[in-house]
Amino acid sequence: MGDLFWILLSAMIVNNFTLAMFLGLCPFFGVSARVETALRMGLANIFVLVLTALCSWALNTYVLVYAPYLRLISFIVVIASLVQIVEMAIKKLSPTLFRQLGIFLPLITTNCAILGLAIFQTNRGYGLAEGLFFAVGAGLGLTLALVLMASIRETTELSDVPDVTRGTGLVLIIAGTLSLAFMGFAGLLSAA
Amino acid sequence: MKATTPTQDLMRGIWRENPVLVQMLGLCPALAVTNTVANSLAMGIATFFVLLGSSLLVSLLRHLIPNEVRISAYILIIATFVTVAEMGLEAIVPEVHKALGAFIALIVVNCMILGRQEAFASKRPVGRALLDAVGTGVGFLIALFLMGAFREIIGMGSFLGQPLFGPHYEPWVVMILPPGGFLTLGALLIALSWFQKRRAAGAATAAALAAEGGAA
Repeated sequence: MGDLFWILLSAMIVNNFTLAMFLGLCPFFGVSARVETALRMGLANIFVLVLTALCSWALNTYVLVYAPYLRLISFIVVIASLVQIVEMAIKKLSPTLFRQLGIFLPLITTNCAILGLAIFQTNRGYGLAEGLFFAVGAGLGLTLALVLMASIRETTELSDVPDVTRGTGLVLIIAGTLSLAFMGFAGLLSAA
Repeated sequence: MKATTPTQDLMRGIWRENPVLVQMLGLCPALAVTNTVANSLAMGIATFFVLLGSSLLVSLLRHLIPNEVRISAYILIIATFVTVAEMGLEAIVPEVHKALGAFIALIVVNCMILGRQEAFASKRPVGRALLDAVGTGVGFLIALFLMGAFREIIGMGSFLGQPLFGPHYEPWVVMILPPGGFLTLGALLIALSWFQKRRAAGAATAAALAAEGGAA
């Protein structure tokens, strides 16, 4: 149990997917202008990440032992079609939830965090439980980074920054500073 | 769609529509593996290969792929070339393969590659598609090289592993760690934006002077 907890914490904070491993940068820069949208994007991400962990575990256990060279292709095809199916199911079952997550789901499929999770999970040889904890941790980490970024961007919008830095340059510098702050958590794991 | 000359197709991706510096595509690899020049070049070359291969195939098959499933078809083609690149790197230069790790496989979800297929290769003949792929690939390689060189020179005081500044240089280690990636790209973008503003201001002054001269 302790191991599982550390997997979650490590994926969430110490090896934060966005700020330390550069996965999922498109939504990080794309939908981090408002806190509320950022939060929804994060939740949708957690959902897809958990699904991905399940899928890639099943693929790894039952299919890919026979054909390891198909790993990449089967991951991406299975994840993309699964998200599509889930999207249709949510649309049918809960229109409210669909309105909240809907537009983000297809965007997430081509997000490197998803495929990255599947690949890291495989490379590290995680089992089902470890994979699920890893996915939840990674998702929470993404959400945390997105919400932090969005709150800073909401504040800087009204502040008086030099003209040349407006736009993506400033966002990148903020991201660098956040990433620097998150490096401070690196001691957490070795201390434990 | 506006008609373009072959030269425009080739040159566009290299600078004016540089995938990383202008269009902000393919940021994940551009930030993640550019901590040394060698890694940046390996990543740039692998991506170049995948882009070239998929553009060729997509352009050849453009009349055969049904419109409804085109994105899935492109992704399958890209994933095939990435698998080839990954196995090739593992066989030829195992240490580079190890350093780049999962990021070689992640070339599949590099939006730059899918973007070129959707926007260009699927609508143009093979020759043009290849020119466009070469331009975009070289542009990506240049951006990665700039970042890798900056980060390695400042963060390790070396270039391609050769020490530059002698033993008394205190390396700025943070530049080869994750925050350095964000800071380097941010600094590059700000520098570019400053440069463009200056040039625009210069052009405006020149135009104003010319107008004055014409009036006088």
